[in-house]
Amino acid sequence: MENFAVLLRRPAAASIVSLIGVLVFYVFAGVELDKLFGAASWVNYAARIGIVALPVGLLMISGEIDISIGAMIPAGAMTTAIISGHYDLPIVFGILGALAIGVLVGSINGILAVRTSVPPLIITLATLVAMQGVVLAGSRLLTGSASVPLNAPDWAKTIFGNLMFGGSHQVIIVWWVILAVIFWFFMHHTKYGNWIYAIGGDKESARNAGIPVNGMTILLYIMTATAASFVGMCHSILFNSAQVSGGMNDIFNIIVSVVVGGVLLTGGFGSVAGIFVGALTFAIVNKGIDFTAIDRNWSNLIIGIMLLLAVGMNEKFRKLALSHVSKKK
Amino acid sequence: MSDKAPVLEMRNVDKSFGPIDVLHEISLKVHEGEVLCLLGDNGAGKSTLIKTLSGVHQPTRGQMMMDGQEVRFPRPRDAQEMGIATVHQFGGTYPLMSVGRNFFAGAEPTKGFGPFKVFDRQKANQIAVEEVQKMGITRITDGDRLVGGLSGGERQSLAIARAVYFGARVLILDEPTAALGVKQAAHVLRIVNEAKRRGLAVIFITHQVMHAMAVGDHFAVLIRGAIAADFRKGEKSREEIADLMAGGESMADLEANIEGYMETHDGHPPPPAH
Repeated sequence: MENFAVLLRRPAAASIVSLIGVLVFYVFAGVELDKLFGAASWVNYAARIGIVALPVGLLMISGEIDISIGAMIPAGAMTTAIISGHYDLPIVFGILGALAIGVLVGSINGILAVRTSVPPLIITLATLVAMQGVVLAGSRLLTGSASVPLNAPDWAKTIFGNLMFGGSHQVIIVWWVILAVIFWFFMHHTKYGNWIYAIGGDKESARNAGIPVNGMTILLYIMTATAASFVGMCHSILFNSAQVSGGMNDIFNIIVSVVVGGVLLTGGFGSVAGIFVGALTFAIVNKGIDFTAIDRNWSNLIIGIMLLLAVGMNEKFRKLALSHVSKKK
Repeated sequence: MSDKAPVLEMRNVDKSFGPIDVLHEISLKVHEGEVLCLLGDNGAGKSTLIKTLSGVHQPTRGQMMMDGQEVRFPRPRDAQEMGIATVHQFGGTYPLMSVGRNFFAGAEPTKGFGPFKVFDRQKANQIAVEEVQKMGITRITDGDRLVGGLSGGERQSLAIARAVYFGARVLILDEPTAALGVKQAAHVLRIVNEAKRRGLAVIFITHQVMHAMAVGDHFAVLIRGAIAADFRKGEKSREEIADLMAGGESMADLEANIEGYMETHDGHPPPPAH
């Protein structure tokens, strides 16, 4: 019972309750759980949004937001496909090119966010739209098409694109889990994590305490953009092609999964475990509906309700955490 | 006490922003183990004075001295490195972080090596709780507790304990008691006395005369950016100080005026004067 109470005070509490709630709901809607757990569709999707959700969650804990990730997923895919598919350069250049464009756009976002007083929502909205334009126009200019084929060598496919277990699980699931462990360590067990919480809690005090606020903020923006271009790169290698697309759905799906994961929108509170479970929960809602007899268009309704309930629970659990006093040491 | 040079001193400091003079010929000093109370009404220039002391603003004219040596603080960081710690009303504490993490924000203890330097939560919690308890706040026993659940006075105390632990020599407290209830304020005043007992020089900014009289050794009243009065403990009564802060206008006169007005106007108070 005591352990359960400890769990409830954690930032991840609401996301775990949401996950259980969604599973219970689906069981009543006729889902066979062993079938659901054996399926790859939702795990692949969870990895896709989860890899980006990790840095986005950290960025939101620090009190900022990045919506340009929506354009960065296709940007990463197109960069890889144009360099290694259209120009036929070795895949290494394609991979580095995708990561470089992530670092570049992330740096622009970060520098603008610390140097100007423009809200980050507007800055990254601008880079979102700008990158959509750059990717489409650049692709048309260089290749004459909005869809570019790519044939990656086997080693690249094994590392970034392959399917595993002889089935349809993508290898980026492994990347997601590894990255989640790295982010968890970084956020909860190093001083840098403490800095991110402090920046999100009170930026001015953090600066006074000697924390390099601007450097950390720029670093976080670089991580979000690069994570997004990384996911795009993996997808282009897996699917042997890249298309220009808006990526608008990804933006909201990623941010919703972070919020369901217990990250406070105003910053200062959240956890990597919560962000991980948030992405998992979101993916189950989104893809699990295919295992029911319900029309899949209803899944958005469920997501909307879940978002409201999860945020409501987050508030409740945060109050619990704040008012908690341990009885005896 | 007086044979030693003051820890921090301002000599004829002026501060203006463009054509607007905010501080005028300010001279102040504070010694080790002494509490200097800066009293002033809103808009008297208290904030600007604090910001000048803590390196946020540069004095336009005049000198700042530490231990008798002239110093300049181009950045707040420089003032901090010299041991000047500023504690704002709720500044320096992060409500959604634990006591231990708050205490060490920006100076985290780590264990391990290389890329595996791990934040030492146990050590941080233990030191934080110890230091806060030493300052007399015995209610804080759990370093994992979130600071947002503490009372205003406890948060102040945490911030002060933190400054003391990290080697502050001058403690600037900006209205620490303004948002607190009577009991909480008493709490903070006890901590101020504890800091003084430990030999810190404390600059205590307030507009509550009672609080100032409870801990102050030395008082300066700031009116429209200039020091209107400078006196030591016991030299002036509470009423005199309050009158000084109100700009020389006697509080008693003011009360009499209002009462007189109300008598002749069916009990309505007078309209604001400006």
